[in-house]
Amino acid sequence: MSAHAEPPDWTAGAAGIAYQRCGACEAVWYFHRDFCPRCGHGEPQILAASGRGTVHAVTLVHRAPTEALRALAPYAIALIDAEEGFRLMAHVAPDLAIGDRVQARFVDFGGTLVPRFERG
Amino acid sequence: MSWISGVGLIAYGKHPGRTTLDLMSDAASRALSDAELERKDIDGLICGYSTTLPHLMLSTLFAEHFGLKPAYAHAIQLGGATGFAMAMAAHLLVEAGAARRILVVAGENRLTGQSGDSAVQTLAQVGHTRYEVPLGATIPAYYALVASRYMHVHGTTETDLAALAVLMRRHAGEHPGAQFREPISTDAVLASKPVAAPLKLLDCCPVSDGAAAFVVCREPSNPRLVQIRGAGQAHTHQHVSAAPSLTEFGAAESAGQALAAARVSLDDIGYAAIYDSFTITLTLLLEEIGLGPRGGAGRLATEGHFSRGGRLPLNTHGGLLSYGHCGVGGAMAHLVEAHLQLTGRAGARQAGQPRLALLHGDGGVLSSHVSLVLEAA
Repeated sequence: MSAHAEPPDWTAGAAGIAYQRCGACEAVWYFHRDFCPRCGHGEPQILAASGRGTVHAVTLVHRAPTEALRALAPYAIALIDAEEGFRLMAHVAPDLAIGDRVQARFVDFGGTLVPRFERG
Repeated sequence: MSWISGVGLIAYGKHPGRTTLDLMSDAASRALSDAELERKDIDGLICGYSTTLPHLMLSTLFAEHFGLKPAYAHAIQLGGATGFAMAMAAHLLVEAGAARRILVVAGENRLTGQSGDSAVQTLAQVGHTRYEVPLGATIPAYYALVASRYMHVHGTTETDLAALAVLMRRHAGEHPGAQFREPISTDAVLASKPVAAPLKLLDCCPVSDGAAAFVVCREPSNPRLVQIRGAGQAHTHQHVSAAPSLTEFGAAESAGQALAAARVSLDDIGYAAIYDSFTITLTLLLEEIGLGPRGGAGRLATEGHFSRGGRLPLNTHGGLLSYGHCGVGGAMAHLVEAHLQLTGRAGARQAGQPRLALLHGDGGVLSSHVSLVLEAA
């Protein structure tokens, strides 16, 4: 598999959100796999998401899990319904509410590049 | 058919200097004594896990330490659902004839055996290591996401959630082994330190040292007869990002299986033992199972419905929220209390004479569900 053909993926340090689609049953999902978790078909496509979505659930984290992240708290985390039909967890601007239309940007969070959604 | 012949539970809170094996042994001794059995009578052993004692073979490690030579043994790992999953496995195993008397035991020095940060980080691994954990998410954050959606859809308020924390604390006040026994008010819950909005410190269970055990038998070993009548499970996802819904989990399906196996209905249930890692967990499980209307669990708690003298006494030992949460032993304390209630041995906490109890636990982020129906014979 050639890495250069794949879209940018924040979990690999690049500013982008990658998702997958099955060529056989057209299922769409987020967590990377080499097969379709619905029908089992191999070689699913890896696609670049538009970064547009809607806030499905949101929380403001006050108690960070590590000393390094403590200085960055509070920070808001949300589940975003991407317009392509998958759901992802990401950072969000703290003033967002469920149902808000949002657009992804990418920011540094404790040394890691993470998606952060803001009002579209 | 299977019988829970004896139960053992230690006080939850701080047990400095005592290891996982020390705590497990304490609870196991109590369960054997309660069952009127000796070590040589035990031919099966099922253990949970301990985050302070990660081990490939915890059941044989414990068997060697405690002095058992079981013909059948293993450990089970299913997060918070482990305790009831072990009971279900023991039930099926004695029914199948694989063993006659199975000791089920778990314990952990989760509070004093590690730093607070270490506990938070270990538990955060319930999240996805690539897609969730790097965001600085924590277990309370995962449940807070669920809470935000559930409150948005069903109109539950932070005051409704607080009512369940207040109730669990009031119940714990009657149990000498509970970690937190001082009464709290709704206002105190609402004013407690924010952890992950909308969840505050008093919406969250504590981290505890503790242990619990019970013995599941093919035939009763004493006159205190409690039968496992039915059991069920449902597993819908692991990570909250992949949950099919944030308002419908596997609880109704799991409880439905247990009730069907027992050939009883929800209306027959006289005591409820429901997992309460957070106030939202308890709210959502009660309402999804059908023990309260959607959005109504907090109001029912305030009205006394779930109190000792109410229509459906709930977690009369104080639950995870106030008795304490030591990992696998957390939900097992719910089972021990249900056993005491069904056998009329709960003392000051006795809630009438319940005959049928429904137990429900979840692991992960409402990911794995296990339900049990127990009956006093």
